[in-house]
Amino acid sequence: MTDSAASRESTIAVVARAERPPSETSSFRTLLITLGLLFAMVLIWEGLKAFSQANNYEITVAGVNIDLTIFNNSQLPHLSDIAASLFEPAQRNGPPLWQMLMGSVGVTLLSALQGFLLGGIIGFALAVLFAHFGALSRGLLPFVVASQTVPILAIAPMIVIWFGRVGASNLAVAVIAAYLTFFPVTIYTLRGLVSVPTTALELMQTYAASKLQILWKLRLPNAVPQIFTALKIASTASVVGAIIGELPSGAQDGLGIAILNFARYYNQSPPRLWATIFIAGLVGILFFTVIAIIERLVVRWKPESAET
Amino acid sequence: MASVISISNLNKTFRAADGSVVNALEGINLDIQQGEFVSLIGPSGCGKSTLLRIMADLIQPTSGNVAVNGKAASQARKDRDYGFVFQNATLYDWRTVIKNVELPLEIMNYPKDQRNSRAREMLKLVELGDFADRYPYQLSGGMQQRVSIARALSFQPKIMLMDEPFGALDEMTRERMNNELLHIWSSLEGMTVIFVTHSIAEAVYLSSRVVVMSPRPGRIAQTVDVDLPRPRGPETRDMDAYFRYTSMVRHALRGTSPGEVESAPSRSEAIE
Repeated sequence: MTDSAASRESTIAVVARAERPPSETSSFRTLLITLGLLFAMVLIWEGLKAFSQANNYEITVAGVNIDLTIFNNSQLPHLSDIAASLFEPAQRNGPPLWQMLMGSVGVTLLSALQGFLLGGIIGFALAVLFAHFGALSRGLLPFVVASQTVPILAIAPMIVIWFGRVGASNLAVAVIAAYLTFFPVTIYTLRGLVSVPTTALELMQTYAASKLQILWKLRLPNAVPQIFTALKIASTASVVGAIIGELPSGAQDGLGIAILNFARYYNQSPPRLWATIFIAGLVGILFFTVIAIIERLVVRWKPESAET
Repeated sequence: MASVISISNLNKTFRAADGSVVNALEGINLDIQQGEFVSLIGPSGCGKSTLLRIMADLIQPTSGNVAVNGKAASQARKDRDYGFVFQNATLYDWRTVIKNVELPLEIMNYPKDQRNSRAREMLKLVELGDFADRYPYQLSGGMQQRVSIARALSFQPKIMLMDEPFGALDEMTRERMNNELLHIWSSLEGMTVIFVTHSIAEAVYLSSRVVVMSPRPGRIAQTVDVDLPRPRGPETRDMDAYFRYTSMVRHALRGTSPGEVESAPSRSEAIE
């Protein structure tokens, strides 16, 4: 083979690799699959209800009676009723439920975002420290892990009380959200910073690079994919943390407060609680999606994979 | 000619996983002059890569002296006296081709415009000028290794340490890379190359001197001066002298002398 033939061959390889199907087709397929799954869930939900009603909420299988009352309208409302409840006022002469919930979403999302940033910064700083000081890492990491085995519901009231004492009770919810978010950020970032290929590090040594240069030009970019994995986990965790944090906070508004209220008056109107839960889920998905989009824009050095 | 690398009485022992002590290198003495192209060849486990890494101050010897440009190896590393090329290209995935070539220049605080022009020049040298803005995953293995050579050359070191740089490439690409490397070496006056390989053909074709090593403990078995005319090209591989040198290196590797032929090296075998 001549030189030009060889280089032509490698050029062809590059072109062939560039000719992957455009991403629109794959995202269209993803959309179809998502819609299909949604439709299947609606079918299962309403199918179970219809089946239970037709059997008077009780069936007998092999001589054993099975109670199906959990599928009646007060335990598991029709999806159409849940949707309809969004457009009815939650209080007499008040705005429709969806409008009221938008205010709650704003409050909770703000706390979640604050917690996400606070947890992200703390988590990141811990990871950088741990990556550079092995002894510190071995000494402190067990405590970091232990912090996550303590149920957040048990500490949340204490955090609310502490921050209330120092007159910063509006930050308590964000701190509780941060408590849930810093952990994945620390663990994943640390892994990304430390799992640098040996030769990549040796290359830096041959340039006599400083520790700061190695951190900045090798360890950090190497950790970026893992950091994004961490941020995606942290995004949903921060919403959960904010909702849980609102419960003992005595706050006036927020998704957690709305869930608490509608749970208290569940018997009067089950669909409201369900509607609020769906909205809370959507908020988490929205946050996650924003991070995933940012990841796509930032991490451009990898071939597009099936992983989402 | 000044001595660029001077190694005397060098020993290196490792402690293996089972606690036993392994003599990776024993009693190494080696002097390399400026402008030489020296190959280190030997079976796996003979310590040739370890020796190269000791020259680069990536590994510390257990005892003995290593001088690079008349300095301690650690000082030579801090002075950025050498460029190192690894067996895998070791490009940074998140950097484009040109940004990879600029990496050492960034570390060494070259001004921005100089970084860019130097990197473009080096990419042209390895014939990858059109691929500056690609990411490494878009290149073939041979192209990636050429980028890594451009990167090692970018700050114009006088010494190149190469650790089986073409070991992972197919035979065709490898021969082409050999020619490109010789071309680069001859165009950069006074550049010293120390080249680790396990290919006899490659070692003889490239080198002015082949250092043959034997394993357990890693020792220099013999050095073979390769006095083939330059510039070398595809026709070099057909010369009788070329076959004589490959058979000398092969015998040195086997620990036999060319007289006592266990299986006469035929022409076809010599091309391995």
